[in-house]
Amino acid sequence: MRKDTFRGGVHPYEGKKLTEDREAITYLPKGDLVFPMSQHIGAPAKPIVAPGDRVLMGQTIAEAGGFVSSPIACSVSGHVKEIKPVLTVSGSMVQAIVVENDGLYEAVEGLGEERDPASLSRQEIRDIIRDSGIVGMGGAGFPTFIKLSPKNDAAIDTIIVNGSECEPYLTSDYRVMLQEGERIIGGLKIILSLFDNARGVIAIEDNKPRAIEHMKELAKGEDRITVRKVKTKYPEGAERQLISVVTGRKINSSMLPADAGCIVDNVDTVVAVYMAVARRTPLIRRLVTVSGDAITEPRNFIVKTGTNYNELIEAAGGFNSNPVKMISGGTMMGLALFDTNIPVTKTSSALLAFKEDPLDKVPTQPCIRCGRCVAACPQHLVPQMLMDAAEKFDNEAFEAVNGMECVECGCCAYVCPSGRPLTQAIKQTRRSILDERKKKAAAAAAAK
Amino acid sequence: MKELVNVSASPHDRSGRTTASLMLDVVIALIPASLFGVFQFGLKALLVLVTSVVSAVLAEYLWNHFMKKPKAPYECSAVVTGLLLGLNFPASIPLWIPVVGSAFAIIVVKQMYGGLGRNFMNPALGARCFLVICFAGRMTDFAVEKGNAVINGFAGVDGLSRATPLGIIKDLSATTSVGSAVSVSDMFFGFTGGVIGETSALAILIGGLYLVIRKVISLRIPLAYIISCGLFMLVFSGRGFDAEYLIAQLVGGGLMLGAWFMATDYVTSPITPWGQIIYGILLGVLTGLIRLCSSGAEGVSFTIIFCNLLVPLIEKMTMPKAFGLEKKSKKKKEA
Ligand code: SF4
Ligand code: SF4
Repeated sequence: MRKDTFRGGVHPYEGKKLTEDREAITYLPKGDLVFPMSQHIGAPAKPIVAPGDRVLMGQTIAEAGGFVSSPIACSVSGHVKEIKPVLTVSGSMVQAIVVENDGLYEAVEGLGEERDPASLSRQEIRDIIRDSGIVGMGGAGFPTFIKLSPKNDAAIDTIIVNGSECEPYLTSDYRVMLQEGERIIGGLKIILSLFDNARGVIAIEDNKPRAIEHMKELAKGEDRITVRKVKTKYPEGAERQLISVVTGRKINSSMLPADAGCIVDNVDTVVAVYMAVARRTPLIRRLVTVSGDAITEPRNFIVKTGTNYNELIEAAGGFNSNPVKMISGGTMMGLALFDTNIPVTKTSSALLAFKEDPLDKVPTQPCIRCGRCVAACPQHLVPQMLMDAAEKFDNEAFEAVNGMECVECGCCAYVCPSGRPLTQAIKQTRRSILDERKKKAAAAAAAK
Repeated sequence: MKELVNVSASPHDRSGRTTASLMLDVVIALIPASLFGVFQFGLKALLVLVTSVVSAVLAEYLWNHFMKKPKAPYECSAVVTGLLLGLNFPASIPLWIPVVGSAFAIIVVKQMYGGLGRNFMNPALGARCFLVICFAGRMTDFAVEKGNAVINGFAGVDGLSRATPLGIIKDLSATTSVGSAVSVSDMFFGFTGGVIGETSALAILIGGLYLVIRKVISLRIPLAYIISCGLFMLVFSGRGFDAEYLIAQLVGGGLMLGAWFMATDYVTSPITPWGQIIYGILLGVLTGLIRLCSSGAEGVSFTIIFCNLLVPLIEKMTMPKAFGLEKKSKKKKEA
């Protein structure tokens, strides 16, 4: 029997009903647009405009700050107001370009014009993807052109388009599949054209039958593309879990998907690839789910990057009561916000606001060794032991029980009946070990 | 934003299961066995159970009070300990013994080792064994008053017998059939002598089933325990495949209560899935061994306590293989 899922995982409250059946509508920003220089993994981008400059929609306003980095394009036309540090989703201040929107949406030359991908060489396609500022839009923000440039093109045999959207409340990928399915197929075909030996698999969780049907319809006649139904369970869409479900191959923290012959891209990212290559449009828009029980009219918006979250809340009818918790992203891996005066970036998938905080209902108590965290961990770790090691600051023990394999999915903390902050503690220790490794590597490089 | 909002690290949702709700489920699962005990042994049994529970809760309260522990939300685990201990007394027990037992369970076995989650021995069983050692006679005094129709109905043994069915079976010669001495169906339904909560396998199974359905426990430990004990008896009892004997062994004595409620105690059993299976098998084999080789007919309590001590070792041996590292660890072993 074909396995449609992995061992472990949890079934959190989905909350998708709030928004899934409402069409995603385009929202045009009213206020200033803010473009943080860090909205991807890697070096921050470098501004190439100055205050006072006139900028056009689609114009590159910041260039890549290194190899692992990504340029940033302006999503409107207007004037650069200032360049200053602003608050971002992570709670830190990041240098950003602030653009005053003139509402004209005057575009750079050629923006939106069709272009035949077949007329481009593989290198040209990769360059376009790089210069269009495309990064993983599922949340990770890893520059897509690097993913699409593995050591050995011929070894890639599976391109997985991740439409599983296992995070609760999020329906933006679902809306993309329903509303822009053709572009997903188009983008996937462009990616497939880079890899001769690859087949394309669009993986969708079985709680989205309409999307599965629709994508199957669109994929008809495409002999290199199949749609794969996977079981609804969190974190079905986590890269490692998804690869193992689709191909049966398993990777660990020291491997890349390419080592398993795979490249995984989120549906929105694939649409961005299509727009960049076939429509000459850099990454300047994305879908954002605005949802939660404290939002008056939850729905999805197609927004310009740089739009302020507050505008989106207003567009969704505002709060119906005082939110107790606000999250950027899903409830399992998203970041809690203390301020919504922050801009939409390339990786902002959702803005959620809730009247209640489920954390309040589970008091923190000592571990009762119930084993729930062990059963839930999709990485087959023993979170209870990892947390013990983390609490003792015993990094060695932490690594010995494979702490570095944690994907920070949140399942363990979700199930813990004693309300222990397992994921949080493990994440912190993991990050500190990674930082240490980086420092050591840098010191070693400097010594040479 | 003028209002204060909660800021915390992900995940931002919880399953809603709390320690208190799990413990409450265990209490609910013990209700059938408790009710049956009261029905069978009368109000005296109820008094024993209530005394055990109240003194366990009180002992914990007093400990927390005098040790100046910070106030924590109540999680019912002392209720579970008290009730489990109470179910292990014969109804004839003088009431001061449950008081001593509960206090011992909570203060010595649980709190002195660091409290909830840190004791390495099942508190109820630890106390039971302590009491058996100190007051052996009282703990195994299964005298039932004359005129108790339920007990007197049970085959071949008069109302004043002090033997449990397992004891009777043990004294049988290998050629005498089990059915001629005890009624296996009575043992299953619970119409026999014994401690308050152990007699009815059916009532315990109903509770066990509830725990499984409510996902409080998995089947790993109880099934591994019961199956391995059955297999051990099958091979080594010298009776071969004697269905009546095997069933009598499995439903008799403390095995059912032990397998479903004692061995599955979270704190003192392994948290690794394979560890739970190995733990169950170990329990089954050791229980069988004690029942066949020692002078007593029982063995469940001591077996579980003994295996409690092995849990850290079992866990170490059964660490799950991390996702994507399965092959690597194999290679390491080969090297
Ligand atoms: S230990 Fe890491 S991978 Fe495992 S459940 Fe917890 S957060 Fe997820
Ligand atoms: S889920 Fe929580 S209480 Fe249960 S074993 Fe893990 S850390 Fe301990």
